[in-house]
Amino acid sequence: MIRERLSIGRIAALACLMLLSVTAAHAQSDQPQSVNPTASAVQEQQLLRELDRVTGRVTIPDRSAATLIQPEGREWRELHQVTVPTYGGYALLGMLAALVLFYLIRGRIRIESGYSGRTITRFGALSRFTHWLTAVSFIILAITGLNVVFGKALLIPLIGESAFAAFSQWAKYVHNYLSVPFTIGLVLMLLLWIKDNFPSSADLKWLAQGGGLFTRSHPPAGRFNFGQKVIFWSVILIGGAIAVSGFLLMFPFYNTSIAGMQLAQIVHSIGGIALIVVIIAHVYIGSVGMEGALDAMGSGEVDVNWAREHHSLWVEQEMSRSARTGAAPRPAAAE
Amino acid sequence: MARVKFLCDADRCIECNACVTACKNEHEVPWGINRRRVVTINDGKPGERSVSMACMHCTDAPCAAVCPVDCFFTTADGVVLHSKDLCIGCGYCFYACPFGAPQYPRVGNFGSRGKMDKCTYCAGGPEADLTQAEFVKYGGNRLAEGKLPLCAEMCSTKSLLAGDGEMIAKIYKERVVKRGYGSGAWGWQTAYKETITV
Repeated sequence: MIRERLSIGRIAALACLMLLSVTAAHAQSDQPQSVNPTASAVQEQQLLRELDRVTGRVTIPDRSAATLIQPEGREWRELHQVTVPTYGGYALLGMLAALVLFYLIRGRIRIESGYSGRTITRFGALSRFTHWLTAVSFIILAITGLNVVFGKALLIPLIGESAFAAFSQWAKYVHNYLSVPFTIGLVLMLLLWIKDNFPSSADLKWLAQGGGLFTRSHPPAGRFNFGQKVIFWSVILIGGAIAVSGFLLMFPFYNTSIAGMQLAQIVHSIGGIALIVVIIAHVYIGSVGMEGALDAMGSGEVDVNWAREHHSLWVEQEMSRSARTGAAPRPAAAE
Repeated sequence: MARVKFLCDADRCIECNACVTACKNEHEVPWGINRRRVVTINDGKPGERSVSMACMHCTDAPCAAVCPVDCFFTTADGVVLHSKDLCIGCGYCFYACPFGAPQYPRVGNFGSRGKMDKCTYCAGGPEADLTQAEFVKYGGNRLAEGKLPLCAEMCSTKSLLAGDGEMIAKIYKERVVKRGYGSGAWGWQTAYKETITV
């Protein structure tokens, strides 16, 4: 009985041992495949596919440091290094070439009936101050801004790395500080001139005649013709976009993420070049391109014949107003 | 010449931040500047993963391409360095960098930025090796002393590897084969346009 029991016990134990060893061997052969403690963890490629970036949490207080990988920096690079300089360069050179061509074909737009010797007030002191405040700051902003886009390629070969870096450092300070007078100028301009810059029926006629630029005719125009309205709204809208994006760039990461900073920079550079292109044309037609035009922003007094040819509706309006109020007639002798 | 790289084996990173501390101490990096940081993705959730990140010393570095004053240069070892004498603190390198490496000291009110600072791969700057002028601007120059970056050298789990790109890739591959899993070399595709396949 005892022996029988023992043998049964032995068999059972043996069976148990065999079973254990089998399972152990099974587990051993499985180990390399089955144990991956990070199998459920996030994968880089998957995150980049899903979100275009990898963001997490950092223990330092710098929020922007939490972005681990942002490959769209490469797209911004392409825009900043290739797209903007290429098309911006074409636009700037294209506008210059168009103006030279226009000058060669059309020449200076003369006052056809000659100087009358009598003038009419076109811009008062505040208007002229606003114009030159904006103009001077814009020209310096444009030069220091173009330096950031084209300076590396154009100036480093000429003046060397350290002189260029020193110049660029000052250019950056000047660019930052002049943003203030430029923005003030924009606001004043908006307040002073918006009432004369809404579209009117005369604009269609002006447009139909191409502004008389090529036909030597003089389509009627109010205080501002359609071309000037385009300049006004370009300055206000593009200039406004430049100012807003510029202040965002000056206060990095105050209200923006890295994507926001990239967008602000792109808006700023494209807007800047676009406005420079528009303003080059404005400078041309306001100085070399048209006889008598510079007086409007110089003394503020324009020749009556010039005013009749270019702003007939405005002259009529001014004349009737001065007649109505009984004040001294606005057109005054030049002397 | 070797082409040196960083490789963070994210399966080993335990977010101890020793690399960050070592870097700050070695180069006496000022307050507010972090040449290296540890980012934790999915923090506290299943699938959490920590990666130590600094300048990856990219091939065809975006920072160098967008710099308006051309202050970057790549050494014979493939380390991307810059000159603080030329830098104007415009911030463009930060917009272009895929890894958030460039750092700027705040030198005045609001957002005015000083000269950019970033990981030098413990290789100093354009100044003569191991001079005081180099140390003040860029920190220590361990490479000139024949040593590798301190962050990787003192990583307690040897998660962060620094050295010849091919050699650290080989070490990583051996690890992956031996342990049977690996999440890949984080950032390599973006920085070097290649990745480690096992």
